[in-house]
Amino acid sequence: MVRKFLIFILIASFSVIFINLYQNFKGQDKLNDLSTYYAENEPQELGAQNLVTSIVVTYRGFDTLGEVTILFLAASIIGFFLKIKESDKQKKRDLRKTSEILETASKILVPLIFLLGVYVFANGHLTPGGGFQGGAIMASGMVLLLLANPEKNVKHSLFSGIESISGFTYVILGLLGIYFAYGFLDNRVLPLGQFGNIFSAGLIPLIYTFIGLKVGSELTNIVGNLKETQKETE
Amino acid sequence: MILNITAVFLCIAILVMAVIAVIHKKLVIAIIASGVVSLFASIIFLLLAAPDVAMTEAAIGSGLTTIIFFYVLNKIRKESNG
Amino acid sequence: MEYISLITGFIMLMIGLWGILSQKNIIKIIIGFTIFDTAINIIIISIGYISGRTAPILDKAVPVKDAVTKIVDPIPQALVLTSIVISLGVTALMLAYALKLHKYKNTLEINKFKDLKW
Repeated sequence: MVRKFLIFILIASFSVIFINLYQNFKGQDKLNDLSTYYAENEPQELGAQNLVTSIVVTYRGFDTLGEVTILFLAASIIGFFLKIKESDKQKKRDLRKTSEILETASKILVPLIFLLGVYVFANGHLTPGGGFQGGAIMASGMVLLLLANPEKNVKHSLFSGIESISGFTYVILGLLGIYFAYGFLDNRVLPLGQFGNIFSAGLIPLIYTFIGLKVGSELTNIVGNLKETQKETE
Repeated sequence: MILNITAVFLCIAILVMAVIAVIHKKLVIAIIASGVVSLFASIIFLLLAAPDVAMTEAAIGSGLTTIIFFYVLNKIRKESNG
Repeated sequence: MEYISLITGFIMLMIGLWGILSQKNIIKIIIGFTIFDTAINIIIISIGYISGRTAPILDKAVPVKDAVTKIVDPIPQALVLTSIVISLGVTALMLAYALKLHKYKNTLEINKFKDLKW
């Protein structure tokens, strides 16, 4: 009873704060100074069409590096916690047979989903999308594959390999910016090219491709670890 | 104008689904409802002129999060039964 | 538009908070956390929205020279993009802990876990 009363008081006080915030909120009518700087100078400085991509990869590249590190830590802690015995991994379960529609459709759809993922992260500097979205799309393709073949396991060594190689390359590409351009994660190592072409914006498509591979393999590892716990015996 | 009306309907749907996700006794229905909240939120992001965020939310929030919830739920049920 | 989504975000945040505080099942608490995440993302995006403008992509619809008067604020979008990916990692971590807890106590009721209470 006391607990419910305390919860009620907490929610009520939060709602008072939110009502005040809402009453004082006025919709913006123009960009603030930092966004104005980005909108005016980004096409000459970096040459990427998508402003969000240029902010994520270059202007705030450190944030993205830290974020990828957090995701890596989460994935490795999950792998450590949910480790199961090698003998359990090979065990067969008596599952209901997968329906034929799912099996056939997964054979056709999975390559197409992978192609969409690659398209999304290779065009991240031109259209909406980028490494995080493309990685998530590829991981959902892997999930479809796992649902169609429930006896198969995710090959963790392969995905860990892809993940560490792309993370390493990401940092190396960032370090190249110190020697050949003006700072860590600067994209002007390669020529900027023509604004709006696929080969433009210097290093941005390359960096975003490696981020996409890293995010995709990490998410696949997380899902694969949680799937393998289904086979564990008491 | 039509966008505003769409947004109002979507927001009502989101709130109803969020309440269902929190109070429903069956875990399966609660998990599906939280996935639907993410899916509708991605349409809201699209209406707020943020296509990048909408793609991420649709792929991660409603796809992968729901599937990992279901893996964990299946394992927990199996352990409880025997 | 931004007012509608802002008030939705605030109400959703309170629903999520209420779910976290009042539910007894650990899975339900984690669902409350995911709703909380989505609500905060909606609030941040609606603060960056400017009515009547379009997405921050400088293609044919938005010429480079009058980009300043035609696009919404791109910085909140970049922040939310990373936040969504992190929220998946955090949710998966919480679910892994829930699995471990269930393995040792064979229950998910939060009131049964009293080992740290004194």
